[in-house]
Amino acid sequence: MSEKERNLPLLEVRGLKQYFEIDGKHTVKAVDDVSFTVEKGTTFGLVGESGSGKSTIGRSIIRLYNPTAGEIFLDGKEVSGRMTADKKRYLTTKMQMIFQDPMTSLNPRKKVIDIVAEGLDANHLYKTKKEREEMVYDMLERVGLNHEQANRYPHMFSGGQRQRIGIARAMIMKPELIIADECISALDVSIQAQVVNIMKDLQKEEGLTYVFIAHDLAMVKYISDYIGVIHLGHFVEMGKKEEIFNHPVHPYTRSLLSAIPDPNPLTEPTRKSATYDKNAEGVDYTKGKKNFLTETHMVLATEEELARWNA
Amino acid sequence: MEDLKEKEVVLDVKNVSISFKTNVGMLNAIRGVNFTLHKGETVAIVGESGSGKSVTVKAVMGIKSSNEKINSGEILYTYEENGEKTTVDLLSFSRKDIQEKYNGKHIAMVFQDPMTALNPLLTIGYQLTEGMMKHLKMDKKAAWARGEELLAEVGIPNPQLTMKSYPHQLSGGMRQRVVIAIAISCNPDILICDEPTTALDVTIQAKILELIQDMQKKRNISVIYITHDLGVVAKVADYVAVMYAGKIVERGTAYEVYFEPRHPYTWGLLLAMPDLNTTEERLYAIPGTPPNLLKKIVGDAFAPRNAFALNIDFEEEPPVFQVSESHEVSSWLEHPNAPRVEMPDALKRRIARMTGAANQKGGAANE
Repeated sequence: MSEKERNLPLLEVRGLKQYFEIDGKHTVKAVDDVSFTVEKGTTFGLVGESGSGKSTIGRSIIRLYNPTAGEIFLDGKEVSGRMTADKKRYLTTKMQMIFQDPMTSLNPRKKVIDIVAEGLDANHLYKTKKEREEMVYDMLERVGLNHEQANRYPHMFSGGQRQRIGIARAMIMKPELIIADECISALDVSIQAQVVNIMKDLQKEEGLTYVFIAHDLAMVKYISDYIGVIHLGHFVEMGKKEEIFNHPVHPYTRSLLSAIPDPNPLTEPTRKSATYDKNAEGVDYTKGKKNFLTETHMVLATEEELARWNA
Repeated sequence: MEDLKEKEVVLDVKNVSISFKTNVGMLNAIRGVNFTLHKGETVAIVGESGSGKSVTVKAVMGIKSSNEKINSGEILYTYEENGEKTTVDLLSFSRKDIQEKYNGKHIAMVFQDPMTALNPLLTIGYQLTEGMMKHLKMDKKAAWARGEELLAEVGIPNPQLTMKSYPHQLSGGMRQRVVIAIAISCNPDILICDEPTTALDVTIQAKILELIQDMQKKRNISVIYITHDLGVVAKVADYVAVMYAGKIVERGTAYEVYFEPRHPYTWGLLLAMPDLNTTEERLYAIPGTPPNLLKKIVGDAFAPRNAFALNIDFEEEPPVFQVSESHEVSSWLEHPNAPRVEMPDALKRRIARMTGAANQKGGAANE
């Protein structure tokens, strides 16, 4: 792969809006005019508190919702707007999702082999039953399960193993992009590390691209190359992870960073976390402009705010 | 460290062992747990799900399920009433007795999920005053006034209105504040916090922890935390007990467990969680999964997952080795005849960085 190819954005999202109409009068603007790009082979971390719209972005991209507006390009091909059968097939094979709760995202009445092979079945990607079986076994082995486990049901697995089944199901389609929505939040610490390692290995082997949605900032920092901080449906800050973690500008980012508990009993007990109150700060996200501090580091702010925060 | 002996012991858990009768056999949830809680201090019990940490504190609260069997042990609770010191064994009471006399009044609990901990059909005010009217024999009016004070104390902006609200009208963080207000309403000696921040958002987590710390200092309450988040533990705990498969494998002051850990499981736990400075290519993952407690465990329960396991680990259960006055480790590696095993390098580096960062705050510790 040449250097130039590598830097082509795999995913490009332009002006994505996702509104939900509650009734005739009220609309929830879950995602409001969001744009970002993700380069091939990198991981884009989406962080924010609950209700900030981070999961909605992921779900809109993969068309679990119908976006209100905006354009999405995957590998240069449009995957937004009206979906033709062709477009849909392109989207579902190239893009896969790993869900938060490994129990509710696996059908309890299906065997693991059928869960993992579902994508293959739908797209007729095998010729014989034997081939299908082999593809599943191969995938299971790569995520650290053995093929004897293929004929079991989801409830017979532990949380970490179930999440691996979820990863296998996504990976078997040989996707380019995986949207991982809080995929390790429900797991135990020691199991989280196992799953994260598998995800990193697969990324290296296959040149996968991840959109990693999480609220655990330490984990996001560990796994991501780029980070977008989202609050109330707006990207308030975006950039390389070093830029976000070493030079946060937006007060919301700062408050998020200060909320991370540091496992250090010498400094942690006396540390106080910062508070961010949008109204007290007098911030209106719709008035803010996108200010690029560096080529990659973006902050949503008016000029006056930017000057104040930088001071 | 101040002298340990001068501290007042509030709760002494001795060799508690509890099993559950299930239709596939006896499940030995906790197998001999020991720890002590001193007045005004905090003990954090850390462990994976299924390690028995919740069962341990539920035993303290007298919350027993019908298939639960206590095999051995005692939980000694010492309290002062009318100037007299009394010590009772909490395991000897029936559930009804413990509810009448101790729960809420002496020992209170903050649960993980504030939505399910509150009754959706009753107002906040009703749920908050209920305990005070029963335990402190307050009349309704006085309890209501006290309730408003408590809500203000836990940082709820409009106490009068909130007293009349129902749980669904509040956000998750506010609900957890209400739960804390209920827990401290009868001035308990011991507050048990079972994963108090797991269900909450990161931004609110820190605030809730700070609130609990604040309440603890003001009222000199002893707190038991149950959590799997080592960041939370570092923030609040004086003492840390690491639990694995129903036993405490290592316990000591927070400093000892974080910076001088001896048990390989503790090493694994510390390394599995990346902190903001983790740059290692791969996270250290403890291989395998926790043991099935339905089966009888021979030797050290952690041995199959332990890269440093000795032969004896598969045969005999390790005794408790006293590393220092407050630091205990249950691992054969501490035996004088055991080969010397050093903690992983990645952990050493991290500890050096953390202690370094604390010593020279702001100093350029670029490594």
